[in-house]
Amino acid sequence: MAQPSKIQFGYRRHPDQDRAAGDAAHHPVVVVGAGPVGLSLAIDLAQRGQSVVLLDDADRIGEGSRAICFSKRSLEYWDRLGIGQRMVDKGVVWSVGKIFHGASQLYQFNLLPEEGHKRPAFINLQQFHAEAYLVDRVQELAAVDLRWRNKVTGLEQRNDHAVLTVETPDGPYRIQADFVIACDGARSSLRQMVGAEFAGQVFEDQFLIADVKMTAAFPTERWFWFDPPFHAGRSALLHKQPDDIWRIDLQLSRFADPAFEKQPDNVRPRIARMLGHNAFEFEWISLYKFQCRRMDKFVHGRVVFAGDAAHQVSPFGARGANSGLEDAENLAWKLDRILRRASPAALLESYHIERSAAADENIRESTRSTDFMAPNSHQEARLRKAVLSLAKETEFGKRMVNGGRLSVPSVYETPLSSADTEAWHGGPRPGTSMPDAPLVEPSGDCPYLTDAFIKAGKRFTLLAFANGADVEAPDGVGVIRIGGKGGLSDPASLVAARYDAEPGTAYLLRPDGYVAARFRRPTRAALDAALARATGHI
Amino acid sequence: MALSTSSNFAKPDDAFRAVVEAHRGLSDEQSADLDAALVLILANHIGDIAVLREAIALAQRRMVDASQQQQQQQ
Repeated sequence: MAQPSKIQFGYRRHPDQDRAAGDAAHHPVVVVGAGPVGLSLAIDLAQRGQSVVLLDDADRIGEGSRAICFSKRSLEYWDRLGIGQRMVDKGVVWSVGKIFHGASQLYQFNLLPEEGHKRPAFINLQQFHAEAYLVDRVQELAAVDLRWRNKVTGLEQRNDHAVLTVETPDGPYRIQADFVIACDGARSSLRQMVGAEFAGQVFEDQFLIADVKMTAAFPTERWFWFDPPFHAGRSALLHKQPDDIWRIDLQLSRFADPAFEKQPDNVRPRIARMLGHNAFEFEWISLYKFQCRRMDKFVHGRVVFAGDAAHQVSPFGARGANSGLEDAENLAWKLDRILRRASPAALLESYHIERSAAADENIRESTRSTDFMAPNSHQEARLRKAVLSLAKETEFGKRMVNGGRLSVPSVYETPLSSADTEAWHGGPRPGTSMPDAPLVEPSGDCPYLTDAFIKAGKRFTLLAFANGADVEAPDGVGVIRIGGKGGLSDPASLVAARYDAEPGTAYLLRPDGYVAARFRRPTRAALDAALARATGHI
Repeated sequence: MALSTSSNFAKPDDAFRAVVEAHRGLSDEQSADLDAALVLILANHIGDIAVLREAIALAQRRMVDASQQQQQQQ
C-alpha cells in the first residue's frame, strides 16, 4: 500500500527546559495540539500580536487523508490567515452533490448556486496537505514557538494561570500560561486532566474508508448512494481529492469484523465491484465507528477546549474540522482582547455560548443524517423507505432524503449581538456570518467584500453604505465604505442586495466576520453601545 | 395555526372509508408501508411543524390511554 505524505519535523530543546521546576517560564498562551485547529488558532493569535507556544506530542503530520472537505467559511478564515489561496490552488473545488437510490439518481443539489463569491462552497484537500501548509505559515511567524515531541502530562490550575508539565525526549519540564487552549483532538488528554465528562450517542454501524489512487473521469461532485447495486442494502460515498485520489466510504454491518474488513485483500473486491475495474492502488484504509458528543463546558478555569477535544460528530456533513476552525476564529479575537486587557475575561463565556450551541447544531444535523443512513428500528427503516420512494416523484420527498447536510456557519444567539430595532427585509441578522459579494475599488481593482474585510484590519469593522452623512467609526474600528466619494463601488448591486442595504445602512462586523449589529441610520452613540456589547462590556 | 380537531369533512364517513379501503387486501407489512408514506405526504401538506407536533402528541395519547387501560385490566 502506498504511504501518504509524511512530513517529519525535528525536536529541538528549548531554553524553557533548562529552568528550575519552581521557576517555570511564563507565557500568555499555550496551544496544545498542532492539528488544523491548533495551527490556525496559533496563526490567528500571532497575527493579532500575541506570542504563542504551540505544543504537539508527535513530530510529524498525521497519516491518512482524514478530514477532506473544507467549507467556504473555513477558506474565508484561512484567507484571513494568509493561507487560503494555497489551499484552493491545491484543492478540488466542488459545489454539486448527487444522491442515488439503487442504480438511479434521485436528485442533485448545488451548495453555492449563485455567483459573486470569492470562495467555492467546498474544496476537498487531504488533511495532511492542509496541515503542511499551516505549518509553513507558522514558520513565517516569529511569534509562534512550535515545539514538536512536547507531550503535556500534567495540569495544575491556579487562579490566574495554569501550569503544565511537558514530557520531551530530554525529560519533563514545566511551563506556565495565562491560558491553555486544548486542541488535542478527540482523545484529548487535557480533557481527562480537567476531569470533564464526554458522554454522548455511540453509533454501532461501522464505516469503511478507502482512499484509492486511480485515474477516472467522474466529475468533481459528491456522490452518495442508498442501496447501490454494488453494495446492496447499505450506503456509499464517492468524492475526489487532489493527486488522483478518491475517497470511498462504505457503510458496513455493525457486526462486521474490523480486523478482517481492514485487510486490503478484503477491501479490494468491494471497491472493484463499485468501480467495475481493478485499476487502483490503496492510499489509506480505515474502519471506524463514531460518536456524537460534546463537553458540557468549553471553558474550564484557565483551560479552553476547541475542535474535536470539545465536540465530536459523525463525518457526514463535513462538520468536524470545519466546526473546529470556526471555534478557532471565534476564540482567537476574544482571547487576544482579554490578554490585552481590552475586554474582561468574562468575554470567554461568549465563546462557550456561541460554540457549544454550534456543536449542538452540528451534533443534531449529523445524528439525523446518520440515523437516516442506519435506521434504528423496523419502523425507522420503513419511514426511510417511504421517503426514498416518494423522492422519485415528489419535491418534498427529495428534500427529506438525508445523505448528509453539509456544514454551514452557525447563526449565534449571543449576548454579544445587538437586536435589530429597525425594519429589515433580508441581509444577515446579528449573529450571522458575513455573506461575500464582489466590489470594485476606485483604482479599478476588483476585490471581494471578504478581501476588503481583511484590508480593513480583520478587526471590528463598520460596513457603511454612503448617504453623504457618514458616521464616524469608533476608535480602533475599521471601515469599509460602499459608494460615495473614494468608497468602493457595487456595480452588480450584489452587496446592497445581500445586505438589504439602503443609503445610510451600516453593519458592525466582529473580527471573526460575524454581524454584531446593524442600523438603517447609525448614530455614534448607537455604534458605541453595540461595540461595548460585542466586546463584553455590557 | 393550531391543530384543528373539529370535524372538517362534510362526509366524515367518506374520509374514514377512503383510508380503510386503501388498506383492504394488504398484509400488515404492506399496510405499515402505506401508512408511513401517507403520514409523510399528509405531514408535508400540513407544512407546519407546530401543527404536526400537536397531531403527534394527540396520537401519542392513544398509546398512553391504551397502556393505562391494560394496567387497569390487570
